[in-house]
Amino acid sequence: MNKVSREPRPFLDFIGTVWAMRRAKIGVVITGLICVTAAVGPHLAPFTATEFVDMPNSLHISGALFGTDYMGQDVWSRFLMGGGSILFLGAVSTAIGVLGGAMLGVVAAYVKGSLNSIIMRTFDIVIAFPGILWALLLLSMMGTSNWLIILAIVISTVPRVGRIIYGAAVAVVEKDFVSAATAIGESRMRIVFREVLPNVTSTLLVETNLRFTYSIGGIASLAFLGFTSDPTGANWGTMVQENSSAIILQPWGTILPVFAIALLTIGTGLIGDAFSRVSAGIDRGRND
Amino acid sequence: MTSGLRIKNLRLNVEGSGEDIVDEINLTIEPGKVLALVGESGSGKTTVGLAVLGHARRGVVVVHGEIHCGEREILSLDDENKRKVRGDLVSYVPQDPASSLNPALRIGVQLVETLEAHDFGGSDSARRDRVREMMSEVLLPTDEDYLRRYPHQLSGGQQQRVGLAMAFACRPSVIVLDEPTTGLDVSTQEHVLATIRQLTREHGVAALYITHDLAVVADLADEVAVMYAGRVVERGLVKDIFMRPSHPYTRHLVDAAPDIAGKKKVIGLSGRAPAPGKRPSGCAFALRCEMVSDECLSTFPVEVVVNDSQKARCIKVGKVVRSIFTASDEASTRVQGSPILDLRGVDAGYAGVKVVHDVSLTIRKGECLALVGESGSGKTTVSRAIGGLHREWSGSMNFKGVELAKGSRQRSTENRLAIQYVFQNPYGSLNPRRTIGDSIIRPLAIGGQSKSEAKRAVFEVLDQVNLPAAYATKFPDQLSGGERQRVAIARALVSKPEVLVCDEVTSALDVLVQAAIIDLLDDLRKNLGLAMLFVTHNLPLVRSIADEVAVMSEGRIVEFGSAESVIGDPQQEYTRSLISATPSIERSMR
Repeated sequence: MNKVSREPRPFLDFIGTVWAMRRAKIGVVITGLICVTAAVGPHLAPFTATEFVDMPNSLHISGALFGTDYMGQDVWSRFLMGGGSILFLGAVSTAIGVLGGAMLGVVAAYVKGSLNSIIMRTFDIVIAFPGILWALLLLSMMGTSNWLIILAIVISTVPRVGRIIYGAAVAVVEKDFVSAATAIGESRMRIVFREVLPNVTSTLLVETNLRFTYSIGGIASLAFLGFTSDPTGANWGTMVQENSSAIILQPWGTILPVFAIALLTIGTGLIGDAFSRVSAGIDRGRND
Repeated sequence: MTSGLRIKNLRLNVEGSGEDIVDEINLTIEPGKVLALVGESGSGKTTVGLAVLGHARRGVVVVHGEIHCGEREILSLDDENKRKVRGDLVSYVPQDPASSLNPALRIGVQLVETLEAHDFGGSDSARRDRVREMMSEVLLPTDEDYLRRYPHQLSGGQQQRVGLAMAFACRPSVIVLDEPTTGLDVSTQEHVLATIRQLTREHGVAALYITHDLAVVADLADEVAVMYAGRVVERGLVKDIFMRPSHPYTRHLVDAAPDIAGKKKVIGLSGRAPAPGKRPSGCAFALRCEMVSDECLSTFPVEVVVNDSQKARCIKVGKVVRSIFTASDEASTRVQGSPILDLRGVDAGYAGVKVVHDVSLTIRKGECLALVGESGSGKTTVSRAIGGLHREWSGSMNFKGVELAKGSRQRSTENRLAIQYVFQNPYGSLNPRRTIGDSIIRPLAIGGQSKSEAKRAVFEVLDQVNLPAAYATKFPDQLSGGERQRVAIARALVSKPEVLVCDEVTSALDVLVQAAIIDLLDDLRKNLGLAMLFVTHNLPLVRSIADEVAVMSEGRIVEFGSAESVIGDPQQEYTRSLISATPSIERSMR
């Protein structure tokens, strides 16, 4: 009876197929590059983040590769040190927000009735206020800490992810395989998490990627407004805002962090795209 | 002057590869004649149809060939001229009228637009007159109020007739119809077919009719071309093709088609046609052919002339056993099985509106009861209520002495597993993110079976539905439609049910695959003593599979009896009209 020679390893196979795509490799390389820069950068920086090096906004200074910023600090050093906190806060808040939003969205799609209304109307109310407003409210009332920044981003992420996943899940809930599962008596929990959720993963991966980008933008904006746990420390978000007024005199202070954030977005975008293509089965061979 | 359609040595490839989708297509259609292009999905028939319009889908390129519509050659025209020719010289009627009409425009406006696009008729009033003329030709009202309707205010049949009016608007000399009656009820189909027949004859239009429904072909067409794996494997007059098929594939197609005129055992065929790029150097049908020899595998068959009009692409022409219309009634002296599921006075509805009235049925062990009706008759609602998927019903459903609860969640595990439901569309009924084995094993896991025992049962049931055990680790999108439906049946069988509810289980499948599934269900019914409720709109199929038939119309059962008596000698006017509207190969051949 045992004709199947090896146990199926769907997850490993899945990752393998993703990795086989060129866009995934490029994405991983780009994202890896930015992450390594953020992680190793602080140890390579020639100056500290707040050290005065030379005249503000000047180029062509020996020892300072990309010149000085609006405060006369070394742009290159601040760039090398400025990625860590953004990446960390962005990743954590995206993970929490996307997970929470996806759960609520899928549950709302499957249970019709009052629970659906409660979840969806709450989303509406939260979305009605700009995310930055929630963040300002929270941070100005309770002070600035990394966890509050994460919470602020999560509050704006959850309902947006939830609405998108709800939309994707509503179509899945109507599919016959969900009826089939109901007919054989699968529990509601199992239907939500084993039948419906796996069928919205491509939307979820694309959405995760998008939300990661927005989270970084949100954290950078908050940093600009002074809401960082270390206001004088280096931060790509703060750098962009600080140096944008002198962009004609000293472009590097703006271009370097913008370039890094853009690359990060493209890199994660390529990975997300590869995931969504594979999970949708676009390139899966029909005969083995 | 030459008119009609001539296709010469047409070949289309997958873009960027040397792989052909169709090749060596040579067809001629005289004005006023209908040529049916038949074949299973993926055989390339739609590709040929679109090429006649000078169009190739994305990723498809024309390699060589000529298409003459009257005196114009289509493929050599530039894009601008191709666009002008479409709708004017050659027009197209797509499969789904609902999606081919613009939902935001009134039908009158859409018809006038077609005329304007081709500068047909000199003035607005001339065009309006032409619109009215067209509407009366397709037997639709011509008054202003009707023309001011939107597509959604029309029934499916009316929409398709508007589609026909639009296609015939500029008096084209060639028309391509791509399964225009799929999805229509038989009585609507009858009207649409009659309209097509009349318009092509009256206006001397050469029609290319793409379909997989052989009974429609027998009813409508003058000639047939059978396609397989991108080649025309046989062509000729309808009568010759059906009565004296020269290619084994054609004979299989005819044998697989159920017929309303007589009880016929439909015979399926396993395997599937090779896809572009995987086609062998020999005959593409060789591996599925029972007459295969070494020569078939090595030489690519050329077209052989059978008689004046008939040609076949097979080296064994003349050896194909001719089809016989089997009126083989296995004497129906069977003992009636014991009742398993008893419906008494069942009413059902949606949001308070009753759509099913007072339905009483008895489903017996080892027997197949067919529930037949047109769309909207309430047949699916009844079957879903039995399966516990529709909860808004009242009345009584008695399963072996126990009253069934309304929804499946309220039923006991035992009852739930004893009544299994197989869905219409195998593309939607299997979770695409789960392996086949994982999908099949669930009912057992819920029933509390141990993992090793359940795994063994999965392999057993895959074997029962004639799938290899290795399929357990595949995903649904790696399977063909017929294989998926087998998996869906396996999932229903694994918990050893007593009642199997089959909801239009073959309507999404090709005729050969349909025959194979019917064969399988029939064997299962006999071997396992299953009680089956077979819900369908396909009357010929009922004759091949069912013991008893209940005919539903507007939520009520209007006629009930043995399959032979209901279809052979219907008592009710409604049943009679359904049967006479159903096209039949055998009747057409007489």
